[in-house]
Amino acid sequence: MVKPTRITNTIRATRETAGMTQAEVARRIGVTRQTLIAIEQGKYSPSLELAFQLSRLFGVAIDDLFHYPADADASAGA
Amino acid sequence: MGYVERNTWSQVIASAAGTVVYLALVLPQLWSTPVGQIAWQWPMVWTILGAIVVSIVISILWGIGAGMRDPDEEHRADQRDREIEHLGDRVGQAFLVIGGLAALTLAMVQAEWFWIGNAVFFGFFLSAFVGGIARIVVYRRGMP
Repeated sequence: MVKPTRITNTIRATRETAGMTQAEVARRIGVTRQTLIAIEQGKYSPSLELAFQLSRLFGVAIDDLFHYPADADASAGA
Repeated sequence: MGYVERNTWSQVIASAAGTVVYLALVLPQLWSTPVGQIAWQWPMVWTILGAIVVSIVISILWGIGAGMRDPDEEHRADQRDREIEHLGDRVGQAFLVIGGLAALTLAMVQAEWFWIGNAVFFGFFLSAFVGGIARIVVYRRGMP
């Protein structure tokens, strides 16, 4: 069974606020549009490098783009 | 659907179709012909070559259709494609090992060439097929 990642993000809302298309964002961070869609839908957790690229592209902190539930630390260690 | 995912689908469809054709050609002989006299070599070679050609043709035709819908589509693999490919390889590798061990065991007991050749063939097929299915599942449902 494939478990979805517990990391959530606000990339879609941030992108729409910035008035950018998926194709434009994907091109600027060097991924395909399908990968950006997967990231926005929470089906793929990007690498730290991609996360930094996204955060710089939108001019927001990584913590504002990506969220990890507080109880996930405990369950990940269990 | 992206370029790499489409190619994965093409490979899975072609390998499954090729194996079905091979089984349809060889299986009926099992009931009527002694194993040592079954003509399995050329059907295997042709179905493998046929599956490769069919996979390429499906990829090209599907790519043309996708290109007409989205002319800006990129024809390259990115980080996610590479991670999914590695995951599929790891899943498929187990069947390659099982096929190799089966062939080795059959050789040790001096089984017919038919069984040894087919053990390797199905090891390759299952490796490609199950690895491909694993990739498709991850493309559709997300990385585990």
